[in-house]
Amino acid sequence: MEFVVFLIAGAIVVGGAIGVLAFANPVHAALSLVATLFGVAVLFVAQNAQFLAAVQVIVYAGAIVVLFLFVIMLLGVDRSDDLRVEPIVGQRPLALLAGVGVLAASLVAVLSAGGSTATRTVRSTAVAIPTEEPDVTSLGRLLFTDHVLALEITAILLTVAVVGAVVLARRPGRDEPSVEADVEAEA
Amino acid sequence: MGDPLYAGGIGLTVVLVTLLKVLVTFVLLLVATMFMVWFERKIVADMQHRIGPNRAGPWGLLQTLADGTKLFFKEDLLPDRADRIVFRLAPVLAVVPAFLAFAIVPIGGNFAEGGTVSMFGRETFLQLADPPVGVLFFLAMSGIGVYGVMLAGWSSGSKYPLLGGVRATAQIVSYEAALGLSLASVILVNGTLSTHQIVAEQAGAGFGGIIPNWNLVVTGVVPAIIFLIAGTAELNRPPFDLVEAEQELVGGFNTEYSSIRFALFFLAEFMNTVTMSALVVTLFLGGPSGPVWGPEPVRTWFFPIFWFLLKLVVFLFVFVWFRGTLPRLRYDQLMDLGWKALIPLALGWFLLLGAVRVARNEGWNLVVTFGAITVVVVVAVTLLNLSLRAAQRQRLADAEVNA
Amino acid sequence: MSLLASLAAQAAQPVTPVTSVLVETPSVDWWGLLPLILLAAPAMVLLHASSLLRRVFRGFYATASVGIAGTAAAFAIVQWFRVTDLDGGRGPYTTVASAYTVDGYSVFITVVLCVAVIVSSLVADGYLRREGLDGAETYALLLLSASGGVVMASANDLIVLFLGLEVLSIPVYVLAASHLRRSASQEAGFKYFILGAFASAFFLYGIALVYGATGSTNLGTIRQTLQDDPFVDGGALLLAGAAFLLVGFGFKVAAVPFHAWTPDVYQGAPSPVVSYMASGVKAAGFAGLVRVFDVTLAGQVRDWQPIVVGLAVLTLLGGSVLAVAQTDVKRMLAYSSISHAGFLLVGVAVASPEGAAAVLFYLAAYGLMIGGTFAVVTAVAGPGEQATGIDAFRGLGRRQPMLALGFTVLLFAQTGVPLTSGFFAKFGVIKAAVDGGWYWLAAVAMLSAVVGAFVYLRLVVAMFMVEDIDPHHGDGDVVAATPAPVAMPAALTLALAATVVATLVVGFLPGLLTDLAGDAVPVVLATLP
Repeated sequence: MEFVVFLIAGAIVVGGAIGVLAFANPVHAALSLVATLFGVAVLFVAQNAQFLAAVQVIVYAGAIVVLFLFVIMLLGVDRSDDLRVEPIVGQRPLALLAGVGVLAASLVAVLSAGGSTATRTVRSTAVAIPTEEPDVTSLGRLLFTDHVLALEITAILLTVAVVGAVVLARRPGRDEPSVEADVEAEA
Repeated sequence: MGDPLYAGGIGLTVVLVTLLKVLVTFVLLLVATMFMVWFERKIVADMQHRIGPNRAGPWGLLQTLADGTKLFFKEDLLPDRADRIVFRLAPVLAVVPAFLAFAIVPIGGNFAEGGTVSMFGRETFLQLADPPVGVLFFLAMSGIGVYGVMLAGWSSGSKYPLLGGVRATAQIVSYEAALGLSLASVILVNGTLSTHQIVAEQAGAGFGGIIPNWNLVVTGVVPAIIFLIAGTAELNRPPFDLVEAEQELVGGFNTEYSSIRFALFFLAEFMNTVTMSALVVTLFLGGPSGPVWGPEPVRTWFFPIFWFLLKLVVFLFVFVWFRGTLPRLRYDQLMDLGWKALIPLALGWFLLLGAVRVARNEGWNLVVTFGAITVVVVVAVTLLNLSLRAAQRQRLADAEVNA
Repeated sequence: MSLLASLAAQAAQPVTPVTSVLVETPSVDWWGLLPLILLAAPAMVLLHASSLLRRVFRGFYATASVGIAGTAAAFAIVQWFRVTDLDGGRGPYTTVASAYTVDGYSVFITVVLCVAVIVSSLVADGYLRREGLDGAETYALLLLSASGGVVMASANDLIVLFLGLEVLSIPVYVLAASHLRRSASQEAGFKYFILGAFASAFFLYGIALVYGATGSTNLGTIRQTLQDDPFVDGGALLLAGAAFLLVGFGFKVAAVPFHAWTPDVYQGAPSPVVSYMASGVKAAGFAGLVRVFDVTLAGQVRDWQPIVVGLAVLTLLGGSVLAVAQTDVKRMLAYSSISHAGFLLVGVAVASPEGAAAVLFYLAAYGLMIGGTFAVVTAVAGPGEQATGIDAFRGLGRRQPMLALGFTVLLFAQTGVPLTSGFFAKFGVIKAAVDGGWYWLAAVAMLSAVVGAFVYLRLVVAMFMVEDIDPHHGDGDVVAATPAPVAMPAALTLALAATVVATLVVGFLPGLLTDLAGDAVPVVLATLP
């Protein structure tokens, strides 16, 4: 049963990921990203991590990809890209090669470790999540014990991101022409 | 915890009971939706001194059915410039989450006695599913529901639907924050995410035997109000129906839709209204809990369902009442209300409840705690106000420069 | 019922069993976190103040920024005496569930970062006013970025390290794009952001793989696990994770295959920000690199050393050779900063306490001289940073000899001329390589230094030895006889003078800094469990 779930969810995840790359239309690509995120959420549920699954859907599918689509729609870049022009000759085959290389390397690394991981004794307390309590509880406990510093620094990180977004979103006044315009005017 | 139905392994009876529950839940939801459409038209008509639907069936009750049948047989149009796949996908994306979200609502069960009912010799919850993250499941589904509206707007290949879709997205994403933060207060107080347990927590005796132990009271009313307002905005219902402002957008995100696809959007909208009311009832008004008496089936079956439906109708009426009486907000007012009023208020209230809880756990002096809270609140509100005023000053100055 | 009464009623309610699961939170050594808090919290207060205060005196924000960074540095220095074993200090320790290390090493980097912020703020003061961009945001972002750097230097947990990296980077992405009326600046910010986010993804994946191999993200635990069982079943997993981490760090410190963003970003971003990128961001990046590789993965040194040596060689040669081909001074300094990263990588690659000490010394010395260098570039480039070609420096020696002299000292320091701090920085790294038996690596480093010398000398020649202005320049028109003198705001002059003096003082008395760097290093190697 679990294996079947894994197969289906895995197929959705991989299919969605391929779709993100393959679709020429950005909206379609974003939608297949949603499919991938859903597949991952299903995998989380199969691992009894319901909280992560719900948060995955709420945060990624419900907010982040929605904002992607929002930007795509507002900017009107929802037409297919012209892929015939290659700014630097040969960069696409090279990128493909590099991508496949990284994939192969990580696959080898993960698979070579796969056989013995199951037999290995648990080394860290963080791995031993008690199964009788809901995952929200154990997650909350970890966040406020082992990872409390990370939690607090995340607060700084979010503040920084907001400040940065506000700084960038500010537009210069219309009476202040761009520096380049100054130079053109002088020339 | 979890549903006792699944405690003893999965047999044929369990599967049948589950299937029956699926059927009953969705039939209930559909019937409630049909009723809601009629109810809304009737009440609004009353408020406007009209009669409203009165031909099909007794008191016009079958009007929705007639309208639905008509829509199903209309011609299905696909605009030339539409994105074919997404255009067809959007109504489905709107309606499926609307169906699923209702699955976590407990619609019956006597919570003074464990909240279970007996069905074919099995004890079970009278709700389709009780996932440990029930409340988040609802938020997730409402998050997915955005896609229906948004993609419908985009895929129509026409500017008014696009504007409607963009408005809807901005609105729903903004108000989801306030919705989630007001929910956080409930979760803090009840200490669980499961809807069944949230209702169970509210089933106690309450204060002085008169005021029920509902979250409405326990969380101090404010989160409930925020939830109701943010919920109305989530539903794109008046006074937050900028998504479908006919005067500005022809029809809104669904302008290009017709026939069954249009019906699906219509259905999703009203199902969401019913679900939202049911959630307000579940989260703040104790769900099916209420005084019960009488022999076994009446006590565990009839009264809880009766109380639940009664509370549900009250909130359905509130939504209609909003629509009948409140003028639509302007877009900037909508965003100001969400970001500058509801979110800070919900967050502040959440912190307040947290402070009270910590004070209680640690046994702090209540007077000192409330004093400190008051000082913090005053400082925070002052700073927020000053910042907002400074921002406004800046904006006006910028506007002057650019003028 | 009134709201307050309902709250009181709730307070009177008995504790329900579901929610009364009390969690014992880890103890926090606030004193150890103080430099971090003193950077981050006042930065946010500064932002608030800037929105509430209607009028402030000229240079208020720069003064505040210098004051905040100075205070943080002062407290860090106080800590130095507590965490180094000298004079009965308590020695290095970890706090907050052993996620945060306070040791001589982290304190040293904290001070380097604070100094970087001080120099950048002084340079930024005049710059922002010249460009009409004055405001608190630049300074607040600099301070917040430095707080991220402090987290990186002190992190004892990969997740904390990653968060520190992001807190360090995001403000710099924004700062790079902060000149809103200059499209080159916008482009720089965007490029930096995209590539930085890409690198962060690698870094995160690396963390995931290392966690998969060792079962922990805590550096101390990882080291312990690897010591107990050097051939962890996930040997390949660990190495793949380490490789991805290295890619992430490589982007941050601009090592050669991952350097592509550097020239464009350095050229487009505002010069005071570039100053911070070259000094602060680099210091924080190397701080994390040394702690993860030289300390945590010390047992795996034979696995990762060849890769880091390869990176070092590529970076050394690539940086200095490409720098020669540049005609824009900011681009040239970008490539030269890459080659300096190569020297630093040599210090990392030898994986010895001496190497780590040399890296620290190098970071401190380089941070000062590059800060001064970009102060000069800021001043000479003029409004809108239009004049960044080598031509802009022609004849500067005759027009403003003091400025040119200061610049020459800084350029000589980057070349590695004796009696400047740069000489001892390069010397320390090369000596560490020789001590470790890496003779050929030392030779490559020296070769790179020689090639690099050409770059800096070209600028010196332009300032002092080239005819001031070619009367038949361009299309034959006789252009103005002498360009307007370079405006030197007081704060910028102060920054320049201070960095030049520091460069010379360390050049004459290198023992001051080498002793400190030497004290900082062995501590870090011994601190982790």
